[in-house]
Amino acid sequence: MWLPSNRRFGRMSDMWSEMDRVQREMNRLFSGESVAYATGYPAINVWSSENDLILTSEIPGVDPDSVDISVEGDMLTISGSRPREELGEDEHYHRQERAHGNFKRKIKLPFRADANNVDATYEKGVLKIMLPRIEEEKPQKIRIKTE
Amino acid sequence: MDQTKKDIDVTKEMSPMETETTRNRPVFIPRVDIMEKGNAIVLLADIPGVDERHLDITLEKGVLTILGSVEPERYRDYELAYAEYSIGDYRRSFTISDEIDHDNIEARVKNGVLQLILPKAKPLLPKKIKVKGA
Repeated sequence: MWLPSNRRFGRMSDMWSEMDRVQREMNRLFSGESVAYATGYPAINVWSSENDLILTSEIPGVDPDSVDISVEGDMLTISGSRPREELGEDEHYHRQERAHGNFKRKIKLPFRADANNVDATYEKGVLKIMLPRIEEEKPQKIRIKTE
Repeated sequence: MDQTKKDIDVTKEMSPMETETTRNRPVFIPRVDIMEKGNAIVLLADIPGVDERHLDITLEKGVLTILGSVEPERYRDYELAYAEYSIGDYRRSFTISDEIDHDNIEARVKNGVLQLILPKAKPLLPKKIKVKGA
């Protein structure tokens, strides 16, 4: 199985990662799953096929124009920020559980992606990135010769 | 569960772990911000994957319940190679005091964030009761 090398490259504020880790840990306990999650914000899921990958990530409440996605060779970078609700003088928080601030995550892909044909959508707070393999790295079928 | 209980305004009977759903899917407690803003309380909840058609908000006997359901996406010819988060429904309840105008609560959802505006009820004038002489 392929794993992104987020341990080396993940860079996010401590609050993001800590809150996210706690949240995922709780969700994991409650849902009875035993998967060990890597730390990093935003959390990602990856679907793969022969020629491309679909990467999904839950990033609720951001302006899609402020999310930056870049692909360089086999390195994907997602960055952006979630602004804090500005409060006036007489206004205050009763409770604050949602994280705010900047996030950035680098993910190493299992192949070099065709940067010109990367497609991304943001719907219902879920980011979806389609990453096609570059032509030279598409798997080649090898025919077995018979004598 | 004990860790979260003290921090969440759920009454015991309403806690998500004690009401079972018929669907075989995890139920998450969404993270919320609650703010006091002038004449209203504003609640924001992160519910990625939920739109207005899959969101139920009910107010019953002073308990406001948010229930969002998520249809997990499946991609044909793809297999899940790596997962850091799992997909499930969202459920959380809050007790609402009488200071809130129960009839004028507004809700909207955008980019996976629910915004609830809970206007405060106009203060009731103290009622004077006349004492009649015999």
